[in-house]
Amino acid sequence: MSETIERQDEIRAAVLAAKNVVRRFGGLVAVNDVSFDVWPGEILGLIGPNGAGKTTMFDLLAGSILPTSGDIFLNGVQVSGEAAHRRIERGLGRTFQIPRPLPNLTLIENVMLAAQGQAGEKLLANFLAPRRVAAEEKAGEKKALELLELVALTHLAHEPARVLSGGQRKLLELSRVMMADPAIILLDEPAAGVNASLLEVIIDRIRDINARGITFLLIEHNIDMVTRLCHRVLVMASGQLLCEGTADEVARDPRVIGAYLGGAA
Amino acid sequence: MDLLGYGAFFLTTALIFSLVTLGLNLQWGLTGLFNVGLAGFVAIGAYTSALLTTPDDAARLGGFGLPILIGWLGAMIVGGVAAALTGIATLRLKSDYLAITTFGVAVIVQLVALNAQKLTGGPFGIGFIPRPFGSLAETPLLFNLSNLAVVSAVTLIAYLALEHLSRSPWGRVLKALREDERAAISLGKSARFYRVQAFAVGGAIMALAGALQAHFTGFIAPDNYLPILTFQVWVMLIVGGSGSNLGAVVGSILVWAIWVGSGTLTSVLFPPEQQARAASLQIVAIGVMLCIILLLRPNGLFGDRPLHVRFGKQAKVVAGESSPGS
Repeated sequence: MSETIERQDEIRAAVLAAKNVVRRFGGLVAVNDVSFDVWPGEILGLIGPNGAGKTTMFDLLAGSILPTSGDIFLNGVQVSGEAAHRRIERGLGRTFQIPRPLPNLTLIENVMLAAQGQAGEKLLANFLAPRRVAAEEKAGEKKALELLELVALTHLAHEPARVLSGGQRKLLELSRVMMADPAIILLDEPAAGVNASLLEVIIDRIRDINARGITFLLIEHNIDMVTRLCHRVLVMASGQLLCEGTADEVARDPRVIGAYLGGAA
Repeated sequence: MDLLGYGAFFLTTALIFSLVTLGLNLQWGLTGLFNVGLAGFVAIGAYTSALLTTPDDAARLGGFGLPILIGWLGAMIVGGVAAALTGIATLRLKSDYLAITTFGVAVIVQLVALNAQKLTGGPFGIGFIPRPFGSLAETPLLFNLSNLAVVSAVTLIAYLALEHLSRSPWGRVLKALREDERAAISLGKSARFYRVQAFAVGGAIMALAGALQAHFTGFIAPDNYLPILTFQVWVMLIVGGSGSNLGAVVGSILVWAIWVGSGTLTSVLFPPEQQARAASLQIVAIGVMLCIILLLRPNGLFGDRPLHVRFGKQAKVVAGESSPGS
């Protein structure tokens, strides 16, 4: 009983919590009874071999897919059945493994789109309250430019996003998700396909943003990046949570080594 | 003088087409909704306004003899609701599946118009639809110019409103859904909500165009709303440039000019007994023009996005999505 109460207190304190989350795809159990908490202000890594269920876990947390069973809590609120577009309103932002810029929108439009609760997104407000919409747009543009500056993309602000390189697209996604003022950002492989110098920029930016009090949960295969950035690391294999600890601790864990070498759990 | 009168008549019709094309541009150009049933919404607008404004007719429901403006407003409301319902019914459908379904809606509307005689007058259609300047019909020039003035004003208002919207945060969300629905959802935008809105607003504009047309010709019949109408409007949008409201207007005028021009040409060139067959050349002329435009300017005259790049990106995204994740 006391264990349950303790667990409930943890869920309340966590920015994001998964509780016994299961997701089946037909006969495949992609995520099998996974529970963990993400604490405010931390950078939590989620690693594991291919097919471990990491991206499925991300999709579950972000609401792109719904769990077969189990619960997800965002700032202590149960959100398991809530659609993806509602979760960002509650402070959960995400980026994608393969970046998804809106190719024919300019960078600044990409970023401005992400602001939450815009009056101008209501059809009639554009005719009934044009001044309010214009004022919000002006403020939004200013903020979007600041965020583009943070990721060193200001010079491309008015170019369509399709001109960006792969790494720049990741940076755009980062600044875009920041526009929504999230409490936590889920990053899906921020280092994948990014050249070494841009990778340093991405690492620095994640640190800067984290210093502003924003929590991160990131999936990453680049162990160097995980070691440098993450306060704590979770390891998944075959849909289950294998272990957790600091990057060094999990790297030495024989179960983790076994999982990566193919003899999972 | 006759030429001026004809010019006004021509432009009136072309601008009514522009209005339909503007509605389609909101749905396809901005939001990426593949609506090939637009003739249905035009028909709904025409019949609604006709029913509301014609004098009482014992052979069918109504007419209710209401003022023309009420008829137009009613057309927009009924057309908007019908489009919204279509949008809700097709929420899960994309591209070709959405196209087939909307096409089905238009066919159903047309068949209802043809067979529900008590409501629509069946194959005989509805006549005696009041004209806004009916009293001027004695002087065709004045009549045509007045009509043109009204249609121009309505088209201008719709154009300015749609321009305002396409630059607004609302329009930005629609464009985002067009580009990448999943990304837009991850940024907090409800794809369903905006899709239905785009359907409804576009449908209301199409219905208004149908109503305008009904009141200028004074007579409507189910044959006016065959799939060829949908085809014409799509060509107008593609030629003008998908995504551009200006393109929608210019493309409509241009394509209508070619349609009418090729019609006149065939009637001059071919003997009377060949006329019926020669009429098909109109469709050929439009097809050829479409090919030329697509070869020379793939985005149309005023298009806002490079189609080939867009499709390339989409292909990549789809490929990425289907690759196994971690």
